[in-house]
Amino acid sequence: MYGVGLVKGMGVTIKHFVNTYVDDLRWFGRRYYNPEAFAVRQSPQAQGIFTVQYPEEKLIMPEEFRYIPFLIYDELEDGTRQDRCTSCGICAKVCPPQCIWIVRSDDPETGRPIPEPSEFFIDIDICMNCGLCSEYCPFEAIRMDHDYEISTYDRFSENIYNKEKLDKPASFYAAVRPLNYAIDEAAIAEKVAKKAAKEAARKQRQAEKDRKTDE
Amino acid sequence: MTDKESPQVEGTTREPDSLEQHFPGILTPDEREGFDGYLVAPDKLTEFATRLRDEFGYDYLSSVTGVDYLPDEVMEVVYHAYRIEGGPALVFKTQVPRADPVVPSLVGVWPGADFQEREAWDLLGIRFTGHPNLRRILMWEGFEGHPLRKDWHEAYFEEDAKPFANRWPEGDVYRIEDKIPFGKNVQYPSEFTPEGWIPEGDEGLYAGLGQISNDGDGSSLKTDQLVVNLGPQHPSTHGVFRMVVTLDGETVTDLKPVMGYLHRNHEKIGERNTYIMNMPYTDRLDYLSSMSNNFGYALAVEKLMDIQPPERAEYIRVIMAELTRIVSHLWAIGFLLNDLGAFFTPALYAINERELILDVFEAVSGSRMMCNYFRFGGLARDLPPGTLQTIRELIFERLPRRVDELDIYLTENEIVRSRCIGVGVLSPEKAVAFSAAGPVLRASGIPYDVRRAEPYGIYDRFDFEVAVRYGGDVYDRYLVRLQEIRESIRIVQQAVDDIPEGEIQTGKPIFQVRVPAGEAYGRVENPKGELGFYVVSNGKPNPWRYHIRAPSFINLTALAEMCKGHKVADVVAILGSIDIILGEVDR
Ligand code: SF4
Ligand code: SF4
Repeated sequence: MYGVGLVKGMGVTIKHFVNTYVDDLRWFGRRYYNPEAFAVRQSPQAQGIFTVQYPEEKLIMPEEFRYIPFLIYDELEDGTRQDRCTSCGICAKVCPPQCIWIVRSDDPETGRPIPEPSEFFIDIDICMNCGLCSEYCPFEAIRMDHDYEISTYDRFSENIYNKEKLDKPASFYAAVRPLNYAIDEAAIAEKVAKKAAKEAARKQRQAEKDRKTDE
Repeated sequence: MTDKESPQVEGTTREPDSLEQHFPGILTPDEREGFDGYLVAPDKLTEFATRLRDEFGYDYLSSVTGVDYLPDEVMEVVYHAYRIEGGPALVFKTQVPRADPVVPSLVGVWPGADFQEREAWDLLGIRFTGHPNLRRILMWEGFEGHPLRKDWHEAYFEEDAKPFANRWPEGDVYRIEDKIPFGKNVQYPSEFTPEGWIPEGDEGLYAGLGQISNDGDGSSLKTDQLVVNLGPQHPSTHGVFRMVVTLDGETVTDLKPVMGYLHRNHEKIGERNTYIMNMPYTDRLDYLSSMSNNFGYALAVEKLMDIQPPERAEYIRVIMAELTRIVSHLWAIGFLLNDLGAFFTPALYAINERELILDVFEAVSGSRMMCNYFRFGGLARDLPPGTLQTIRELIFERLPRRVDELDIYLTENEIVRSRCIGVGVLSPEKAVAFSAAGPVLRASGIPYDVRRAEPYGIYDRFDFEVAVRYGGDVYDRYLVRLQEIRESIRIVQQAVDDIPEGEIQTGKPIFQVRVPAGEAYGRVENPKGELGFYVVSNGKPNPWRYHIRAPSFINLTALAEMCKGHKVADVVAILGSIDIILGEVDR
């Protein structure tokens, strides 16, 4: 019969309309600004309208979410900062839009490169948030941040981030990306252990050599 | 297809091996290391192509593109032809001197070559003799040069290949706008004044439109022909896209699509990038289906490198690609209804479900739309904890119900039916001839799906139907998409049940992969149709040629055919039913 399809369709619309109010009742009117309700509203169990009341409510970022990269430094016991970055240049080489500029530092005496960048720039207007820099950094030094509220009034003066702006402590990293942080810590520990083992082996060989020459 | 029953059918069973004996003196095998297929002399091209189609059954021309072999002073045109029954490609090429590249047009043999030849003319300067309307297609008329040529440089030119030398170790930071200020960032031909320019290209465009004269013979009204520009800024064009239509009253008599407003020379960028750098760029083609764009590109490069991803990665790839199909089809259905005038209620119901899938993408890849998740020989990372459970909840419980709801909501709706049934009909013969792909092809009664015709990844393991409808109209395209969502749900259900534990990457992830010299064509069944990546490597870190067979772009070849004779309001619905994404059309 003509019109049945329309009526059925209207039924769906009405269901959607009613569902929101039913969901409202379910939360006793505390459907909004309520973290518990919000988590449900953003999950496959969601019912009714699903609007996020931004900025009062914000989407929960999954750990892997990536935006602008940051550089990690470790805080040593004496209070000094130690950059993880060795200015190896891999991130600058892999960056698709080529928005990373790194100035390698040289030892003032020998003129040889030392493992620490003297400057590090990322033009965040160009950065495509791809995460390749963080994926291929061999020293767990550059990782992706979650902060997406970075608009400014003047992009010409503010959107080339320098090292000062990019630097974040390892504790910050641990806070935004705990699982990745744990993986990195394990990788670093493994590297340290390997290095120590190598060193020990070298020492032993040296000792044996010395013993032989003594004999 | 009825013409298959002609006596020439025997030809279709012959294997390509015998091709050389069939075309003595016309065909020579391409013997370059890593290359495939045949070389055909340009003067024999039309004859060869016609016989290939009629005697050997290669009735579907998937891709046409050019390659600029600058060191050899050669311009090459590469063709990938398929049989619509399925099976591998027949690749053939023709080489002409770079200084004067002239190749006969194959539009007469495969009308689907139309836009692709225009693109090759526009970007590479290959002239196709006999092409009915050889104008620029992505660049503007009056543009100087052919930008995909290896010796063409843009105003912002830095270096021919990335990584650029000045980024490290002496990172000399600057803004490109400071070096090349606004106004100096375009190149004009000499003696060109932007203010005094008359867009001659548009004259060619309007002249190419079919003319009508209706003086009224007493029984009908005397009407004038009216030319209307729909777009480029028009809410129904799904982006910046323009259709020039000639109208007789309200009836469309001819239509020409005009595109390129979002052109960024993706392929040139791709040829400067290293292989891995292209991965995030592919996200930006059909930006609703980044995961399956990644898939196609990864396949092409994996073919060149001769590597395979591990089992678990294969499963995750299929899950992601099928979720992408659901996302894209939901969007297409929602926006088709927008185009029909049901403003945003159906679209939002569809987008609601899409958001939940995007949550999965975000958890897995770090981004909702620009996923950049596939790597050569695997994936960027494994699924994070809990994701598989979320996918299960969606795919076993929520989505099947929601798709049924969408079905009840729209399929029987009398307004939808009367606006869609019989509108924008594309016959099966025309669909194949115009190289239409994806739901557009399958709604015209051709059950061609790359996942079946030439399975890639592990698609041969799954049980699913190829959705097909026979009306070839807007309504059937809608129904094909609806069914494909259901089939995708089925595939993901099987995949999440069977997915094994294990590695997700073959070998160690390396930032600069070694790709042996050669060519490869990787194609996937994207939500919009067949997406192909033609990649040529010369052994260096950057691809020598990186071409995209964009389904949205090629599907537009048939747009005029579909629209003629319909009302102007139907044009909007027909365009919506093709489901184009301008990021991919304009590249
Ligand atoms: S790849 Fe890592 S260590 Fe190397 S320069 Fe970049 S941030 Fe520093
Ligand atoms: S996220 Fe991508 S674009 Fe941005 S700095 Fe890193 S590599 Fe470059």
